[in-house]
Amino acid sequence: MPPEGFNPLDPFRDPAAAAALIARIGEAWDGPPVRIMEVCGTHTMAIARHGLREPLRSAARLISGPGCPVCVTPDGYIDAAVALGEMPGVTVATFGDMVRVPGTRTSLERARAGGADVRIVYSPLDAVALAAADPAREVVFLGVGFETTAPAIAGSIVSAQARGIANYSVLPSLRTIPGAMALLAADPGVKIGAYLCPANVSAIIGTDAYRPLAERFRLPCVVAGFEPLDILSAVLMILRQVSKGEARVENEYSRVATASGNRKAQALMGDVLEPCDADWRGLGVLPGSGLRIAGKYAAFDAGEKIGVAIAPTPERPGCRCGDVLKGMIDPPECPLFGAACTPETPVGACMVSTEGACAAARRFGVGA
Amino acid sequence: MCLAIPAQIVELNDLHAVVSIGGVTRDASVMLLEDAAVGDWVLLHAGFAIEKLDPDEAEKTLALFREMAAAVPGPGPDAA
Ligand code: SF4
Repeated sequence: MPPEGFNPLDPFRDPAAAAALIARIGEAWDGPPVRIMEVCGTHTMAIARHGLREPLRSAARLISGPGCPVCVTPDGYIDAAVALGEMPGVTVATFGDMVRVPGTRTSLERARAGGADVRIVYSPLDAVALAAADPAREVVFLGVGFETTAPAIAGSIVSAQARGIANYSVLPSLRTIPGAMALLAADPGVKIGAYLCPANVSAIIGTDAYRPLAERFRLPCVVAGFEPLDILSAVLMILRQVSKGEARVENEYSRVATASGNRKAQALMGDVLEPCDADWRGLGVLPGSGLRIAGKYAAFDAGEKIGVAIAPTPERPGCRCGDVLKGMIDPPECPLFGAACTPETPVGACMVSTEGACAAARRFGVGA
Repeated sequence: MCLAIPAQIVELNDLHAVVSIGGVTRDASVMLLEDAAVGDWVLLHAGFAIEKLDPDEAEKTLALFREMAAAVPGPGPDAA
């Protein structure tokens, strides 16, 4: 057993090496700052927490993309989840970051205070266990996430089926990342110079998934881990590509991600889930960018089973979440930022989730 | 949300593992791994080991950091 407190990621946080890498980044490129979009909320958080944005400004502008699954989940989904929680005999089980997101009417947290049965779980397998323990109730797991989480949700369905648990189902809101990246790359308003590709999404889908993007849009794509040295060295790798006029996929996260990804997870997702169009808050409906439960597992699809519909919802007046999620404005440029919209009273989802660009900017300082 | 924690497998019983996170143990499913063995480092996300963490590759990346941090000629004893 590893010693108590041992963390194999500690060497990836060494401040002296970080300072040296920041100096190298400053020397690597003297053209106009390269706009590097991170498409993963965990990167957004790490960049803000470690204050990496400011020291790189002369060479690189780190901009946040639509990479927080909670932030891109539309109001209509929250409304459907609240409606489920309020139904007699139904328990809604969810990851903790969903409960404070405001829908058009209320949040899951407030619905729970009003008597709805909403439970926070760490794993979809915990929701399966809740269903096993109380066969008289339908337990619906809120299946929100990207490719990192989708295999876990598929796994929970396979596990419930194998155990003969019939009162477990999932309300899916799963999205896939490369399609959204291609859409943003093609949007002339967004102006991306390179992509900092997500760590654990790439562990599942494989780093080859970004090759079409790098080739078609001539964008350097570097897959990076979530520690400060990972991010800094990935930025340096990007700038070195830019200065040589290259646009390739590079993998800084080789300790976990491989070119072809986790084939077993891919096979499980391919069996249980199938592509569908998905509505992204701020981006609209992107064809083929979502995952729904495949027909043969319809008994585990809460939408089919209970008949709850997810209504399309318009964006809120004044909210600039869409522009923030596309990296077109920095959070403080939204007129609601810090005034009407704070982490305590969020208007938009980018302020609710701790991984949202607005919440990170608020918590770690403007410009973070 | 896509954060995953490094953990080491300390017990394995078919698809169920007990993993240690800095000395604290927790249950995990290894359903998503091709092969898993006691002693393997894995990344834990939402109750599942989603992939293995390769210690040799981690070492290589750390060596690369050291190289990159010192790679550009300039003042200082560690300049290449
Ligand atoms: S400050 Fe609030 S309303 Fe404005 S973009 Fe951010 S989350 Fe949306």
